[in-house]
Amino acid sequence: MNVGSFKDFKEGCRDAIPICLGYVAVSFAFGIEASKIGMSTFQAAMTSLLNVTSAGQFSALDVIARNGSFIELAILQFIINLRYMLMSTALSQKLDSKVGTLHRMGISYGVTDEIFALSVLRKGKLEPLYSYGLIATSVFGWVFGTVLGAFSGQLLPHRLISCLGLAIYGMFIAIIIPDTRTSRALLFVVLAAMGISTIFTYVPYLESHISSGFRIIIVTVAVAAGAAVLAPVTDEQSDPQGHNEEVNRA
Amino acid sequence: MSRVYLYILLMAFVTYLIRALPLTLIRKEIKSDFIKSFLYYVPYATLAAMTFPAILSATDFFLSSVIGFIVALVLAFNKKSLLTVAGFSCAAAFVAELFLH
Repeated sequence: MNVGSFKDFKEGCRDAIPICLGYVAVSFAFGIEASKIGMSTFQAAMTSLLNVTSAGQFSALDVIARNGSFIELAILQFIINLRYMLMSTALSQKLDSKVGTLHRMGISYGVTDEIFALSVLRKGKLEPLYSYGLIATSVFGWVFGTVLGAFSGQLLPHRLISCLGLAIYGMFIAIIIPDTRTSRALLFVVLAAMGISTIFTYVPYLESHISSGFRIIIVTVAVAAGAAVLAPVTDEQSDPQGHNEEVNRA
Repeated sequence: MSRVYLYILLMAFVTYLIRALPLTLIRKEIKSDFIKSFLYYVPYATLAAMTFPAILSATDFFLSSVIGFIVALVLAFNKKSLLTVAGFSCAAAFVAELFLH
């Protein structure tokens, strides 16, 4: 069974540094919001440690603040985080079929948009230890930022926080853009997803009736399904190699 | 106060199930070409949808966000590493904001 080596773990820790930076910025904001509705620093940190989901946690604050029902919270989390199900399904294909249930449960803990992006584009099979490296660095940033934010909104200069918000998007761009140079289908997928997402964000009725979690689900399913029908991929294509050399040099 | 902990545990449980079910239950290689192609395109579509237009409001100023976005696009198109793209994007926005404040 290929679970990877300590070297994979270290690579994971290092590759996730941009995620960590971005997470500190985003979870800092979460920490501030959590303390605003009366959660203690410990409760905010516990939320971040157990959930590791930006959109889910922010939306939950609203329900918690007005003492909403448990059912509502459960459904809200289910819908907003449904995209993780797509990601987990994709990741299940990256694992050696012999990887055991415990490792699978361990990797599951850290399926986030950002960790998924790095995991799925790793060359060859995904080693659980590489995933744990990604998770260790990322979750550290996520919880650390939450504590900082909850403890004091004044610790870091606001200007710095503002710019750190770009780190996550910069990383996303570094992941999706290089491959669009060689694949017309990928270029189309990226442009279509951005275009439809823009429509959902700014067109009045859609903007007010479709949450950001749902927007991502709809765009992902529509664009990925459309591309799968119009431009089915062969086996060689579905294991992008060029990109990972980039990651390894990071 | 204990109600807050129940909220936290409930959301953690739901979120974990969503993540763990596919990973633990799907053991075999998926044969369908459609599903394989679909899964191949998922990360690109998801990340593109999450990035744009959200990146335009990532910082305090629309203009510094746009500058950070353009810097990231140019560097990524030239195949720079994740850290380089993310770092220079933040730095460009930071410098831009020195003039905007």
